[in-house]
This record gives sequence, C-alpha cells and structure tokens, in this order.
Amino acid sequence: MNLTLKIWRQKDSSSKGQMVDYKVTDISEHMSFLEMMDVLNEQLVNSGEEPVAFDHDCREGICGMCSMYINGEAHGPDRGVTTCQLHMRMFKDGDTITIEPFRAAAFPVIKDLVVDRTSFERIQQAGGFISVNTSGNTQDANSIPISKHAADEAMDAATCIGCGACVATCKNSSAMLFVGAKVSQYALLPQGQIEATDRVLNMVAQMDAEGFGNCTNTGACEVECPKGISLDNIARMNRELMKASI
Amino acid sequence: MSGFFKSSIGRKVAMALSAFFLMFFLLQHLAINLLSVFSPEKFNEVSHFMGTNSLVQFALQPVLIFGVVFHFVMGFVLELKNSRARNISYAKNNGAANSTWMSRNMIWSGIAILAFIILHFIDFWFPEINTKFIQGDWSGLHNGEFRYFHELQEKFVNPLRVGAYVTAFVFLGLHLAHGFTSAFQSMGATAGRKKTLQTIGKAYSIIVPLGFIIVALYHHLNHNH
Repeated sequence: MNLTLKIWRQKDSSSKGQMVDYKVTDISEHMSFLEMMDVLNEQLVNSGEEPVAFDHDCREGICGMCSMYINGEAHGPDRGVTTCQLHMRMFKDGDTITIEPFRAAAFPVIKDLVVDRTSFERIQQAGGFISVNTSGNTQDANSIPISKHAADEAMDAATCIGCGACVATCKNSSAMLFVGAKVSQYALLPQGQIEATDRVLNMVAQMDAEGFGNCTNTGACEVECPKGISLDNIARMNRELMKASI
Repeated sequence: MSGFFKSSIGRKVAMALSAFFLMFFLLQHLAINLLSVFSPEKFNEVSHFMGTNSLVQFALQPVLIFGVVFHFVMGFVLELKNSRARNISYAKNNGAANSTWMSRNMIWSGIAILAFIILHFIDFWFPEINTKFIQGDWSGLHNGEFRYFHELQEKFVNPLRVGAYVTAFVFLGLHLAHGFTSAFQSMGATAGRKKTLQTIGKAYSIIVPLGFIIVALYHHLNHNH
C-alpha cells in the first residue's frame, strides 16, 4: 500500500516543531507500524535527510517504550495494543496517517516523536515499591496467604507497562490510570499494607507536582490502554487517598 | 485533611460532594414543581413554607447558594488547570473513539446551565428577594390570594423563555448523563456497583430534566392569561 504520512518533526526540546508530509510506497499490510516507520527512515537516510526519531525497545508489546499518537489515538486505532503491535492492515491504501508525539506538559518532547516520560519514574520513586530486606532472609512470598481474587486484581493492575497512553489520551493529560494501577497493585496485597498510607499520599503529591491534569472520569484512558487497565484502579486510589487523609 | 482538598483527588471528591448535594436539591425542586401541575393549592402552600420558613431561608438557602457557586468555581478552576496540563494541542484528535461527547464537554454543558441559572435568578429569585427582604412583605399574598402559582404561570407565557428553559434542561440532562456516575466514580465506587449506578444515572439524567420540561410546557399550554 502507498501512504501519506503527516509527522511531527522537532529538532530538539527547545525548537519549535511542525507537521511534515512524507510519502511511503510498497508498504506490506503485514508490517507493524514501527516497521513502516523503519521503511520511511531508510528512505530518509538514503536521500540524506534526518530520520524521524521515535521510541521503541522490545517490539513485543511488553516494554511500554513505543508511543506515538496515530490518527488521533494513542497507539493508533487498534485496541489493546502498543504501537509496535499495531499492524498496517488497520489502514487502507492511499490513507493519510497523522503521527504525533504523546502530548502533555509533563511529557515534554525531546525530539520528533520521542517524549520524556521520566515524570512517571519520579512518581514510582515517590512510593511505587515495598521496602523489603533482601539480605538473604526474605520471607517467601508464597508463604503469605492471599485470596485468589485479590491476587488476580493485583496482577491485573501490575500489568501496567507505564507507556503513558492514558496521559496522551486523556483530555486533561491526567496520569490517574497509571498512578491508580501502581497504587492498587500494592494496596491489594498484604505486603503493601505497611507503607500504604505514605505510598498513596506521596505518589499523588508527586503526580500533582509533575503537572498532570485532573481526572474527569471520561474513561478514555481505559479504552486506549494497551493492557486494559481498569478505571476501578482510579476508584481504588481515590479510596486509598481518602483513607490515608482521614 | 486540608492537604487532601488541595490535592487533585481531593478536588475531585469536593466536586462530587457538591454534585451529590445539587442532585438531591434537583429532586426536591422537581417534586415541588410537579405539585404545580397536580395541585395549585398545594403548590402555593409548599412554596409559602419554603419561602418563609427560617430554617429554609437562613440555613438551607445559603448552603445551596454556596454549593452552586462552589461547583461552578471549582469546575472552572479544574478546567483551567487541566487545559494547562497540555501545552500543545494535537493536530488530529479522535475523542469520539474512546469517550462520550457528554464526558468531554462538561464545561460547555455547565456553562449553559450557568447561563440558565442567571436567567432563573432574574425570573424568580431576585423578585422574591426584593419582595421579602427589600419591601419586607412576607405575607406571600397578592390581592388577598397566594401569589406563587400565579407568578409561575405568568413566567411561562412567553414562548422564548419556555424555549430557553427547555434548551437549558436538555443541557442539564447531558451534564447529568456523565456527572451522575462520574461523581460516584470520584468517591471510589467499585466495579460491582458500576452497572447499577450507570442504570440509575441514565434514568436520573432523563427523568429529572424531562420532569422540569413537562412542567414548563404544561404551564405554557395551560396558562390563564
């Protein structure tokens, strides 16, 4: 298939960016979106132009590195996938595809389609962990009884790969689905109880300090999340914060 | 606790609490309005009680006004903060792919409701304040009869005003269609209750505005002028 690509080009974080049109030809419908980008970049390199910078790592849908806002949706029009798992069969010959970086004040553009998501790291560092003595006498996790239901829900929350699609999609650039998932995965387990109060207070405070917007429960994040993280995690975080504040 | 209400989630909770209060008030307001359709005498009696009872006038009314003002001001403050959280807009954004129009446009349905409240205050509240607090007339009488039903019917003679009221109630319905479940979600409602809440929310957001519309249309079509 032959496509027209409208891509955000930005030299560096301090430069002003703009949308630039490119044509790509002979794209196979079996290619992943990133492979199509590779074809474009090979074309650009061969003609002496600067290739388009974009994030990627595992290309297996599990690392959360690839981003891109494709035709007005985070990770493109498919559901439950990251951009690396988005295939070109989702598009038609002759289509024009708009490709932009994830947009949020807390995700500044580094170059072209690459954004700085270290604000997520700082939120994690504020409380997204449990303090465990790892000097060799750690208690076997399997010796602590946990209900199947709680274990399943905690695991579902823990599947969040921190890609930032929730922030990119949310009309308010809110990070509450991400933070809700990270708070929930510990709130549901006995190991997370000891630091539960500080965790939710510190993580929410850091989230606010990073300049993310406020959740208005549109549910867009849940729809666009490649891992299907549920809005229930936001509700649980709200309950945890209320509990911690009273 | 003061730190809680300064946090993003605390503000969500504050919005939800004021929304619960206002949604309860709407039910009470609708119930009294419906009396005007079924029994003008009862409507006059209840209106007189609400308009002259000290608890309603000096305790509940200020709380209501605070609730309305708080919900609007906080709504605008949060909208401003949220718009700052994305400094560059998308060239192409397909919001309809993942969320409802109502959920994305709460600020616009809210502004429409605010415009209506201003009109509603000019129509009913300011004249009421003038009669009671400026002229000092707490009798509720006009020419020896209760004035409330008569005043209500008079207001709905003009088709333009009726049209404005009906339009505003449509926006109220759109606002509630998202707002009802959103308030519960902000308060931490869980998945188990989500479906029930959505059903109740849908029913509330249709029945309540429709009730107000029916009352306005009824008096427009049945006025004695």
